[in-house]
Amino acid sequence: MSALAPPAAPGVPTTAGRRPAARRRRPRPARSPWLHVAMVPVTLLWLSPIVFVLFVAVRSYDDIAGRGLGALPASFSLDGFTTALTAGGVLRSLGNSVVVTVCAVILSLALSSFAAYALSRFDIPFRRTILLTMLAGNLLPPQILLVPVASITEAIGIGDTLTALVVVQVGFGIGFYTFVLHGFMRGLPNEVFEAARLDGAGPGGIFWRIVLPLSRPSLAALAALATTWIFNDLIWAMTVLRTEAKFPITAALLNLQGGFSSAWNVVAAGSLIAAVPTAIVFFLFQKQFVSGLLVGANK
Amino acid sequence: MSAQPSTTTRRPNRFARVPLLVWVFLLVPFVVELFWVFWPAANSFSLALTRWDGIGLAEPVGLQNFRDLADDPIFLTALRNNVIWVIGFGGLSVVGGLALAVTLNKPGPMVSLYRSAIYLPMVVSLAVSGLFWRVMYAPDGPINGTLGLLGLEHLERQWLADPTVALGAVLIAAVWRQVGYIMVLYLAGLKGTDGTLEEAAAVDGANAWQRFWRIVMPQLRGVSMVVFAVTVIDSLRTFDIVWAMTRGGPYNETQLLSTYMFQQAFTTGNLGYASAIAVVIFALAIGFIITYLARQARTED
Repeated sequence: MSALAPPAAPGVPTTAGRRPAARRRRPRPARSPWLHVAMVPVTLLWLSPIVFVLFVAVRSYDDIAGRGLGALPASFSLDGFTTALTAGGVLRSLGNSVVVTVCAVILSLALSSFAAYALSRFDIPFRRTILLTMLAGNLLPPQILLVPVASITEAIGIGDTLTALVVVQVGFGIGFYTFVLHGFMRGLPNEVFEAARLDGAGPGGIFWRIVLPLSRPSLAALAALATTWIFNDLIWAMTVLRTEAKFPITAALLNLQGGFSSAWNVVAAGSLIAAVPTAIVFFLFQKQFVSGLLVGANK
Repeated sequence: MSAQPSTTTRRPNRFARVPLLVWVFLLVPFVVELFWVFWPAANSFSLALTRWDGIGLAEPVGLQNFRDLADDPIFLTALRNNVIWVIGFGGLSVVGGLALAVTLNKPGPMVSLYRSAIYLPMVVSLAVSGLFWRVMYAPDGPINGTLGLLGLEHLERQWLADPTVALGAVLIAAVWRQVGYIMVLYLAGLKGTDGTLEEAAAVDGANAWQRFWRIVMPQLRGVSMVVFAVTVIDSLRTFDIVWAMTRGGPYNETQLLSTYMFQQAFTTGNLGYASAIAVVIFALAIGFIITYLARQARTED
């Protein structure tokens, strides 16, 4: 997170009068205890929903029924997790989500990097218009696409399949990823490309051997972000899928909640399991994730 | 190729100068997006002028769907709720996110921990956030429990079943997840501000509040514009968290345009009417989409 630290004070020569004032204000680096006095309760409060759900998930059904949902745990049981994974079908839907997410992230980043390479390194006519049109597609409210997308997937025979979900996720995400990658690829130094061309590399070779390796940081940031988006999606899944066995984890959880409405430990365990994969991505790629949140929004 | 000297005069056959492979690189993704985004969007507009149950043929009815919407009390509730949502969700997450960004705009290991905790909810899906908060709001859940412990029993209630507070309860859950994102955006903005200006103002006797409003905020105008556009577009899209927590109930009191549209389309089967609601959502979002695009176009120069 040091990437978000404020810029160091520029070493400008200052007058004698300003220096002490600056020195008095600069040693801010979190010396004052008030910051912690305020932030420790805020942070604990912020994490409390997650902590409470964890408490509920590890209690036994009888404990929750007898002592209420808000009570502190008096029992420890992993029944909630086993029931959610097996009877609740969480394991199966987790598998569906992983398949859809992996396929959709790889496909959409591949296609977007193709488009971004073409738009950023070649003199394509109307390239700015094309780029902004692609971005605009991602900004459209998905509601305006739902009904036609549902009938298109039916019409071309992929209705109610995971393929449909992958294809729709790719189509909807491509515009934004292309825009971000274009911004990055445009900044790559021309010398590298000229050298490669002198060595006889064609446009395909340059893409594969130079552009892709150099774009790794921005591809990583987008991959971290796209993974959470696609894994967490609910509305597209509910639009193209009908069979429960094919549901990704988000949609399956809502059904689980209907089926186990009084078994809060099962529902809580299921939602924690659903949060684990994206939490892993978050902890492994925290820097990339944060820079991903910023791309396109802040330049 | 852009790498060629720019002094080369453009030949008439610009199309031919781009290698065929590069055209394929561009056109495959572009056609995918045209087919899955722009073609359906165009279809929605024509569907909005029809009555269609998804099975038979769509029957053209002109603007009748929109006339019906104007008289539909649930649609009007959803529209009102969407306005409340934009103001409440936007206002609370921007104020909270900005305050946290200013507070946490300093180095330090503890500060990094606080920041991570604040944006951790971003990785939890909206549907799962909804379930987390259902646990919190349950009649015998921790919120009512805490109120009881504090001797505030009269405030205890069925948060998600009480029409007067349900929308607010869902909104809090959505803000919980959004604040971290706004904070990250403003932290990045603050990183780009000029600290010497603030110091100069301090020397001139400006207090902390004046320095913030007169020196820091004007420098964050760009970020604020993006935050504004993103917040409105997101508010109009909001679906998952409401669906997970209340499905628009009780008595349609938490209905938003997007949940009502979804119900009309996939529960009731009024596909033409649902498309008309979608067109309204689009119309409300378009101004902010253009604002966002215009800004991005400028940064592309």
